[in-house]
Parts: sequence; C-alpha cells; structure tokens
Amino acid sequence: MASVNLLVGVSLIYVTFLFAIAFFAERAAAKGRGAWLRSPLVYTLSLSIYCTAWTFYGAVGYAARSGMEFVTIYLGPSLVMIGWWWALRKLVRVGRVQRATSVADLISSRYGKSNLLAIVVTVMAVIGVTPYIALQLQSVTLSLSIFSAPDAGGEVDQAIAAFWVAFGLAIFTVLFGTRNLNANERHDGVVIAIAVEAVVKLIALLAVGIFVVWGIAGGIAPMMERIDASPIGEWDMDRSRWVALTALSAAAFLALPRMFQVMVVENEDERHLQIASWAFPLYLMLMSLFVVPIAVIGLDLMPAGSNPDLFVLTVPLAEGQVGLATLSFLGGFSSATSMVIVATLALSTMVSNHVVMPVWLSARAEGAQVSGDVRNVVIMARRASILMIIGLGYFYYRFSGGGAALAAIGLISFVGVAQFLPAMFGGIFWRGATRWGALAGLVVGFAIWVFCSLLPSFGPGVVLSVGIFENGLLGIGWLRPQALFGIEGIDPTVHAVAWSLVLNTTAFIAVSLVTFPGPLERLQGAQFVNVFDHSTQARGWEAARATSEDLMVMTQRILGADEAQTLFRAEAKRQGLDGSLPEPTQGFLQNLERELAASVGAATAHAMISQLVGGASVSVQDLMAVADESAQILEYSNQLEAKSHELTRTAGKLREANQKLTALSVQKDAFLSQISHELRTPMTSIRSFSEILRDTEGMGQVEKTRYASIIHGEAIRLTRLLDDLLDLSVLENGQVSLRYEAGRLSDLLEQSIVTAQAASTRSMDIRRRHVNEALVLTTDLDRLGQVFINLITNAQKYCDADDPELVISVQQDGDELSVAFRDNGTPIPDAARSVIFEKFARIGDQDGSGAGLGLAICREIMARLGGDITHVPAAQGNTFVVHLPRRAALAAQ
Amino acid sequence: MSEHGLPPVFLERRSYRRRRMMDALRLLPILGLFLWMLPLFWPTAADGPGAPDKMAMSTAVTYVFAVWLTLIGSALALWSFLRSSPEMGEDANAEPR
Repeated sequence: MASVNLLVGVSLIYVTFLFAIAFFAERAAAKGRGAWLRSPLVYTLSLSIYCTAWTFYGAVGYAARSGMEFVTIYLGPSLVMIGWWWALRKLVRVGRVQRATSVADLISSRYGKSNLLAIVVTVMAVIGVTPYIALQLQSVTLSLSIFSAPDAGGEVDQAIAAFWVAFGLAIFTVLFGTRNLNANERHDGVVIAIAVEAVVKLIALLAVGIFVVWGIAGGIAPMMERIDASPIGEWDMDRSRWVALTALSAAAFLALPRMFQVMVVENEDERHLQIASWAFPLYLMLMSLFVVPIAVIGLDLMPAGSNPDLFVLTVPLAEGQVGLATLSFLGGFSSATSMVIVATLALSTMVSNHVVMPVWLSARAEGAQVSGDVRNVVIMARRASILMIIGLGYFYYRFSGGGAALAAIGLISFVGVAQFLPAMFGGIFWRGATRWGALAGLVVGFAIWVFCSLLPSFGPGVVLSVGIFENGLLGIGWLRPQALFGIEGIDPTVHAVAWSLVLNTTAFIAVSLVTFPGPLERLQGAQFVNVFDHSTQARGWEAARATSEDLMVMTQRILGADEAQTLFRAEAKRQGLDGSLPEPTQGFLQNLERELAASVGAATAHAMISQLVGGASVSVQDLMAVADESAQILEYSNQLEAKSHELTRTAGKLREANQKLTALSVQKDAFLSQISHELRTPMTSIRSFSEILRDTEGMGQVEKTRYASIIHGEAIRLTRLLDDLLDLSVLENGQVSLRYEAGRLSDLLEQSIVTAQAASTRSMDIRRRHVNEALVLTTDLDRLGQVFINLITNAQKYCDADDPELVISVQQDGDELSVAFRDNGTPIPDAARSVIFEKFARIGDQDGSGAGLGLAICREIMARLGGDITHVPAAQGNTFVVHLPRRAALAAQ
Repeated sequence: MSEHGLPPVFLERRSYRRRRMMDALRLLPILGLFLWMLPLFWPTAADGPGAPDKMAMSTAVTYVFAVWLTLIGSALALWSFLRSSPEMGEDANAEPR
C-alpha cells in the first residue's frame, strides 16, 4: 500500500519536473528557439484544461450515478470545436485583433472600453470560478485521503492537506504566471507544462480504462455484458437534462475564462484552430471512452457506499495495482493543477487589469504620470489576485464542507460563466448590442444564477432558509429558487440554465434595443462585427497633444525600460527619424495603446493614454472631422485630376497651334519669295521694254505699240496683285462695307460663269440645275459673285482632267442654303487641305500665275456675309461648298 | 481552342469543390447535433410501463462513440482536403455571411 508520504514525494518530483519543463521552454522561447512550443499539437493539448479533475474523477462518479449523462459535458465542446467556423473563428480573430487579455477585456472593449462592464464581468468570473477551484482542491485532497485511509493513524487531515495543495498551486502559478507582464506575449512555460499534464492525464485514464476492460472484465464483449447487467445497464435519461447540459457545456466552453486564455490569448496561429477542430474532439472522446467501464466495474467490485468519484483510484488499489493507482493519482493531480493554474492566471489578469489598476490609477491624483514603476504595481496586483482567488477557492471548499458530488459543483460553475455568452456573442455578431444591454443581461443572468443555483447548492437551511425553498423569497410563490414563476417539476440544473440564459438574453436584447450606444461603442461594435472585412483599428487619439517623452516615461513603467525603448526605436526607425523618440502620430498612439492593453487591459490603457493625450475618448465631432478631412482630400484630388486633364488638353491645343504656325511661317516664306517673283517679273519686263522704247532709234509704230501694250499688260497685272492684297487686308481688318441688295441666284451664277470664262482660255463643261437656282437672295451680290468667280476660275485653272467638268448644285437644307462646286480633277491632298484657305497657300507649282490669295479672300468674304466656305474631300475631284445663312435666301415668288 | 479552354474549367471545378467542402464543414456540427440529440427519442422510465423496451447501455455507449468517431473522421478529412488550398481563410471570408 502506497503511503501518503510516498505520494507527496512523487507529486513533488512531478511538480519539479513540470517546473523544469516550463523553465526550459521559457528559456528556449527567449532565445528564439521556441517554434515547437507553438505547434498545433501543443495548442490542442493546452485546450485540454477543459478536462479538469472533474473529468478525471467526477465523470466516473457521474456515470455511476446517472449513466451516460456525463458525456453531455464533452458533447457540447466537441460540437463547438467541429463547428469552429461558425463562432470560434470569429472569436479568435476578434480576440487577436483587439489583443484581448481576457473575457472581461473582450467584453469591455466591445462595449466602448467600459470599465464598469469589465469590473462586473470580473466579479462574476471570480464568483463563478471559485466553486470550480474548490472542486479541484477537493478532488486532490480526496484522492490523497484514499491512499491514507487504510493506514491506522495515518489519517490525513483534509483541511490541512487542502491548504498545502492550495498553497503549492499558488506558488507555482505566481512563479510562472507573472514572470512576464504582457499577457499577449503568452506564457510559453505554462502552456508547455499544461500540454505535458494533458498527456499525463490522458495516459493515466487510458491506462486505468485498459486495465479495467482487459485486465478485469476480460475484453470488450464481456465488458459490454457487464455494462448491460450493471445498475446503469439501461438507457434512462432525463431528456431535458440531456439537451440542457449539452448546451450548457458548449456555452461554458466558450465563456470560461481559462478556455479563453488558452484558446484566444495563447493562440499563436489561427490555423491551429482548424487542426484543433478535429484533434480536440478526439482528445475528449479518448478521455470519455473508458468512463462507463470504470464506473460499471467500480459499482461491481467496490463495497456499497464507497465514493464513486474515486473509482479511478480505488479500483486499481483494490486489485493491488499500486503503480497504476499512483499513475492515476498523478493524472488527477495533473488535471487539478493545470486547471487551477490557468484559471487563476486568467482571473488574476482580469482582477489586476480591471479592478486593481483602475482603482490604483484613480487613487493617484497625478494619474499616469507619477514617478515609480507601474510595472511593479501590475505584477504585485496579479500576484495578490492569484493568492486571493486560490484563497477564495479554499474557503469555498471549507465552507461547503467538501461533501457534494464533484459533478454538481462543476455544473454550478458552468451555469455561472455561461452568463457571459449573450454579451460576448451578441457583441461579436450584432452591431446593435449596447453597453447597457450587456450590463442588464449580465446582472439579470448572474442574479438568477446566484439565487437558483449557487445559494441552493449549499443545501436548504444553510444560506437560503427552508422557508424560501418552499414558499419563495419574501413569501412570494413565484420566487422559489427551484420553481421560478411557479413552474414546478423542472430539474434544478435545467431550471437554472434555462431561466438564467433566457432572461439574460431577453434583458440583453431588450435593453440594447431601447438604448443608444456612444460613438466609441459604435465604432468598436463595427470593428468587432465586421472583423473579417477590415482588421484596422479604431481611431484613437489627437496625437499632437501628447509628447513622446511623456509616452516613453509611461510605457517604460508598464512594459519595462528595454521593451519600451525597443518599441519606440522601432517606431522612430519606421518614421525615418534618427533618435529613439518617434513622432507621436495617431497610428503610433493606437499601436501603443494596443501594446499597453495587452499588459493592463484595454480600458486601463485607454484611460492612461487619454490622461496624457488629453482627449477623453472619441467624440462624434472627432469622427465628423475625420470624415470631413477625407472628403476634402478626395475633393482636392478630384480637382487635381480635372486640372491635369485640362492641362493635357491645353497642351494638345498648343501643339496643334504650333504646328499650324510653323506651317504658316513656311507658307509666308514661300509667299514672300513668290510675291517678289510675281512683282519682279512684270517689273523686269516693264523696265526692259521701256528701255527698248527709250533707246531704240527708228522704231516702227507697230513695234512701239506692241511694246507699250506689253508694258501696259504687265502694269495691269501688278495692279491686280496689289488690289488683291489690299482687298484681303481690308476684309481681314473688318473695314469692308457691304452693300445689301436683292437678286436672283441664277442670274448671279450666270454672270459669274460668263465673267470667269471670258478670262480663261481653257474650255470647261459646266452643268447646272436651273430649277434649284430659282431663289432670291438678299446679300452683297458683288462680293458673293466674286467668290463664285474665284471658285469657277480655280476649277478652270487647276482641273487636270482630260474632259474638265464642273457641276454647280444648289441645295436648300433647312436652315441654310449651300452652293456646291464639284470638279473632276485630282483631289487636294489631305496634308494640304488644312491650309488651302490660308493666305498665300498654293498647292504644288502647277501654275505660277496665282498668288494664293483667292481662297483666302473667299473665306473672308463668306465670313463677312455670315456664311462660310468649306472643302469637302471626295474620291474623285474637289468640292467647294459655299454656305449661306437662311436669312439671305428667300424662295422665289 | 481546347488548349485555351480546358484549364479554366479545371480550376473552376476545383474552387467549386472547395466551396462545397466548406459548406460541408459548416454543416457538420448541425449533423452532429442531430445525431447526438437522437437519443431523446429513446424510451425512458418516465414513459411509463407501456413504453417499448429500454435501450441497452452498451448499445447507447456504442452509438454515442460511433457518432463521435464519425464526426472526428469527417472533420479530419475535410481539414486535410481544405488544408492544401491556401485560400481556405480567404475563401471562407469571400462567402456571404
């Protein structure tokens, strides 16, 4: 028979071993060689703190009392894990993005960083988890007493044993849980110790199970027969409990502070969750696999009246398997210690961040800028919280007398923490959830839990009098703790679960619907609910008001000098500054707030920075300013864009104008040389012939006349050229005076053709449609005639077809009258078309007789007459169209 | 022509399959819930003497654990199928919520 001393020795060695593992894991992590510490396997195993001593001892006892009902406690979490996509995925993402350190932090952060809410959640969590910690102490001391019982005189004083167990756990937690402050830097040592303990408890339970099935029963088939023959051999389930306990365990799995700690805070990589989605249910299944066989064999072998909660130990002991019993003891010890450590760690973070720190900060009038190390205060607060929480657990254990079944205590605790669920998930999935709604739900749910579950658990007549049980609070029959609203006959646990969660949710939703959230709350709500759309952060601070020095001083006191300096230097480097102090930009302040939040919680970090920065929180005005700012920026950039387009267009026009100018300059040069030539040629002949006339003796009359005629002709040519130039100049300067008179278009055309043909030697076939020309015009007929003559003369001069032909057609088209002159010569090349109406433009050098002014004069005349003249390209020949305004044309009467 | 046409069809099929696997993953807990709530229909002592014979505990244990194993196996299979596609997270995000 193993002595208690031996067990204590084994336990101490085991604890030392865990210590060593945790220590080396932290060393490895500090040296950057800790990648394996963060594997999916370790993550999954760390989730196993769900399986506490309750599972290890209590499940068998539960099965011995109620058959398969025990399994509901594992079905709920299995479903939650398998359905990770629905809820856990979002919870983990939100927790990581917001750097939540605990359930309280998450809820407070969601509802506008409300510290009131954080305090309420913290107090509820401490009260809710205390029975659970007591349960662990109870199970460890019970298991110790089993080993000691047969030794005469070796009876263990359970109270003293429990005290020492509590003390040892507190020391371990303090040593490893508060070594580093930043909760988001995670507790590598603790996590690895938990993972090792998870393996130990699984192996221990499997070993006992295998021994029972194959060692005692003799195989699976005989085992099944014994199960059916046992007192729990038939399915006899309270249906409401089956449903309620599955739902309850699922809710508790999500809301338990220690589960949040390992699942969200200690989560390194979101993909680990996907692996845990099947690996953790597997672990749970293995843990429950042998529960029923152990219970059945225990009921069979052990004397009536022995505690079924301890069958895991007593069955191997009764069979003389001391080694197996010791392993089993270690398994139970592991379950208890890992749960207490993590739960206490999670709770102490909450207590120190949400209760101690705000109180301490507000007690100091100077606020965050006091001298002294906040870091030490935080660590001390955490250590004190750890001692306090384990102390509470110990007192609960002493007070409740340690007599209740383990499963019953565990369920009470579950119902308590499940009250966080509506506020948590409402906050993540519903933007309409408000702070007051969350508060109302929590308080209502918590009150019902205390009244219907916690207080009655001490038994009638202890806290609640028998009278209250029978007649209700204040004698009101509706307020009986196990029959609210007068509905009797419900199982007490189901009763507490149903009423507390239903009324909690109702209050949460109803109050949320009628209250209005503050700006920060709405901002946080949007960020939580739409966490997958934008993982950006809430707008925080008016950066200019905080100086870097102040921030540095404060950060040093929370994160420690080294880390603060590293953080600030990294930021300065990112901003491209030389020194170690960055500019306090808004982005940096947000980043800093999150860093601090990881150490002291969101609400406290927010409060500390707001003291330095000055702004209490984000107001609607701030938000509107941001919106305005971005709208202005947007508008400004639109304007810039428009301007840039405009510039591009202007540049294009300028380029075009420049090209035209260049072409015109070339034309002008060509004209100058042409005009000199034009002027020189007649001048030369005039000079030559006048010299001949002057110097030649005895010239005949005939010759004199001939030479004088030549001189006269040339002088006329010069005059005409000068007339043209003068005409154009007058037209261009707008000095021309028009003489309007009425006349028939057909007459004008006829006259023009006669004039043009008289001047020309080439014959040309001219076709007209006289019917269309029967129009009366009111315009300057002389000028218009000049245009027509010019066009006909041009056609005669330049048409190079073998049978030159000119078609003159008149069209009256709505608003305007157009006269088209179409010849069948070679079309004007595209490149030349844009300049034919310019002065001095001449196409090719077909004929030296023109000065290139005709079309320019035509254009100017038409512009004066209110019409215009265009050249229409065609495949064959050239068409010039003269457009006249409507008022010029009156149909012939 | 077919050389240009085939690969997109193949990719489309794959992403379609992945989406349906994501659907399966999402529906799996609902299936589990149904299977585990099925024992509610089994007769109990509260049904009175006229109820059919009660379920043997060994059958009940076998049923509950068989469902458990099925769910774990399915979750594992779906995970290993979806793990190979790097867009698992994004794909999930792309789905309407």
